[in-house]
Amino acid sequence: MSVSVQEADFDAGAEIAALSAGRDDVGAVASFVGLVRADKAAGVGAGNTAMVQAMTLEHYPGMTEKALEAIVTEARGRWEIYGVRVIHRVGKLLPGDRIVFVAVSSAHRGEAFAACEFIMDYLKTRAPFWKKEDTATGGRWVDARESDDQAAVRWQTGKD
Amino acid sequence: MVKILFFAGLREALGTGSESLALPAGVGTVGALRDHLAARGEAWSALATTKNLRAAVNQQMVGPDAPVKAGDEVAFFPPVTGG
Repeated sequence: MSVSVQEADFDAGAEIAALSAGRDDVGAVASFVGLVRADKAAGVGAGNTAMVQAMTLEHYPGMTEKALEAIVTEARGRWEIYGVRVIHRVGKLLPGDRIVFVAVSSAHRGEAFAACEFIMDYLKTRAPFWKKEDTATGGRWVDARESDDQAAVRWQTGKD
Repeated sequence: MVKILFFAGLREALGTGSESLALPAGVGTVGALRDHLAARGEAWSALATTKNLRAAVNQQMVGPDAPVKAGDEVAFFPPVTGG
């Protein structure tokens, strides 16, 4: 299965290895791992040093998997790629924890790099996940970032 | 009946994650359903005030003009923040 939404951690090395296991036509595997950063909480005022102590990921069961599969299908329509693996964790995560994994295999690096970045950019704006940051001063839902919308828009060509 | 789902900050503001509703007469689009719910007032006004509120019908993201009919699953939520 190419798309997973799960509470459990994942083994990025094993996932990357699986994309070329048993075949000799793969020339490139590009991958991305997203992590929880022990950052200042988004939106806290100047001088407030509330650090993110944990993060809770909520999602829309059913739609999430469909949205991720649609993004993978769109990537397959744009680039000559072989295998795709997307894993997104949900539930409570701590700084340093892995949140998301995307890997793409192809004959050549250009397609693998491009498709991997495209899938991440579209995931950020189209897959129904929401992050809530927990700090010493309480919880706060993370606001969507305009830069994420811009990152997704730059892949659009013509009418789409 | 339509099944209506709410997520993330909107779910918390409303104090509920879902409800079933018989579609009122004249409510045939996602935007009209949002306005109908927001008109309940108090916490429900969050449906009108949430910045860039998103919606899905049958688990597909749609705009406010998308039709809604009996049997549909409609979801309202803030812009997504995964990844």
